[in-house]
Amino acid sequence: MDYLSRYWAFMAKYNVLNAFWVNISLTLAAGALALILGTIAVTMRISPVSSLRLASTFYVNVFRDIPLTVVMVIMASVVWMQLNVSFSNDFHVDFYILAIIGLGIYHSSFIAEALRSGINTVPVGQAEAARGIGLTFLQSTRIVVLPQAFRGSIAPIGNTIIALIKNTTVASVTGVSNETSSTMQAAIEMGPQFIFLIFLTFALGYVIIVIPVGLLSTSLSRRLAVKR
Amino acid sequence: MVDSGSYELFDPVGVEPDFNPDPVAQMINVQKHFGHLHVLKDINLTVNRGEVVVVIGPSGSGKSTLCRTINRLEPIDSGQILIQGKLLPQEGRDLARLRADVGMVFQSFNLFAHMSILDNVTLGPRKARKVPKAKAEAEALALLDRVGIKDQAKKLPAQLSGGQQQRAAIARALAMHPVLMLFDEPTSALDPEMINEVLDVMVSLAKEGMTMIVVTHEMGFARRAADRVVFMSDGLILEEGSPEAFFTTPQTDRAKDFLAKILHH
Ligand SMILES: Nc1ncnc2c1ncn2[C@@H]1O[C@H](COP(=O)(O)OP(=O)(O)O)[C@@H](O)[C@H]1O
Ligand SMILES: [Mg+2]
Repeated sequence: MDYLSRYWAFMAKYNVLNAFWVNISLTLAAGALALILGTIAVTMRISPVSSLRLASTFYVNVFRDIPLTVVMVIMASVVWMQLNVSFSNDFHVDFYILAIIGLGIYHSSFIAEALRSGINTVPVGQAEAARGIGLTFLQSTRIVVLPQAFRGSIAPIGNTIIALIKNTTVASVTGVSNETSSTMQAAIEMGPQFIFLIFLTFALGYVIIVIPVGLLSTSLSRRLAVKR
Repeated sequence: MVDSGSYELFDPVGVEPDFNPDPVAQMINVQKHFGHLHVLKDINLTVNRGEVVVVIGPSGSGKSTLCRTINRLEPIDSGQILIQGKLLPQEGRDLARLRADVGMVFQSFNLFAHMSILDNVTLGPRKARKVPKAKAEAEALALLDRVGIKDQAKKLPAQLSGGQQQRAAIARALAMHPVLMLFDEPTSALDPEMINEVLDVMVSLAKEGMTMIVVTHEMGFARRAADRVVFMSDGLILEEGSPEAFFTTPQTDRAKDFLAKILHH
């Protein structure tokens, strides 16, 4: 008991809730970016223009195959330090935005692949009927194909989002310093006697965040499934 | 039936096609391959305004491909296809505009599975023709009424029977005020008891002067509604004639064989 209360007193120095909030906000922003980029990539992938298809294939394969850490290092050391890409005068803000961009690009490749599997569940007749009533490729994709593809790929998209939630810890690589993994590391350095409880605290935090996402994606994929 | 005057399905027809030909669709020396397979062999076909042409022939003879080339769901290798005298455009906006003028009804209905029947019918007018929502919905309801499924407007396609889905698909095509309707075996996927409800809609369209190309083995429909029957085999148009002449005195052995098979079926 005494041990536990000493642990609480120790942890009071660290803003654990705020650390989780940083990761959640990274997830929300990078997730939105990944969905947008992934949708664009998959639209290019099914477009009638072969150069767009090629570009999309290249993009998806490159970012799916490079380790996330490498993407994040590139964001920090090449994009920020070498290319001097900057968004504000505050380098903390820069690091945060670069982390979002890196996470968003990396996960967009997985979203694109998830959506492509969803598109494969949409019968070709749907797109043909859409073209048959005079819709352009983009209209047919946006209004007929993608809505059905999204509903058919909620489960794999959910898995990508769960991976993203955990992968936001890699944002420490681009210098985002107040998120969970760096907070945890700092706590362990200062209180090695609590190492087990520190791990447990952060692990539990992730479990609490991830479980509802998993449940939501399972129930949505069931409820929104397109009946044919 | 539609309230008279409130809504016209298509341009009124005043000409007798035989005397004053007004070609809506023309295929001139059309060739089409799938890889090494020669599926359309030098096809020449003209369909005049108000004409109903039934395309008949064994499975694999190229009937679907012929239909699909007319609104360029399939590109052709050589030859020309003209709609109302204009050459089919390449991909892009012009092609989308042309497809809006040519209605297509598929064997498998292909209603948009995630949309209500009403939304299925209004989508084309609203997005391709920029018709305001209220107007598009009023027209769609009139069309659904016409094909006898107005009370199903709010349902999803999967909640309808096959016959109802196919009638909805016809309404969806009609909503674009097409100059030509293509039907690719519209009743082949239906349970027998639902075939007539779809054929009846098609016959009434034909009687009102719609220009139609219909791939079907329904001889009853051909006799009731067709001006001409085209017999295809192995990518060739082997015979063309009135339904009566074709069904009673087919000229080629292949047509005789084929008719014997579907008659004894
Ligand atoms: N997309 C395609 N790719 C390759 N071969 C095809 C394709 N569509 C049809 N075919 C082939 O072309 C021939 C004609 O097909 P189709 O036009 O569907 O005939 P029908 O409608 O008369 O049964 C068939 O041998 C068919 O297998
Ligand atoms: Mg066919």
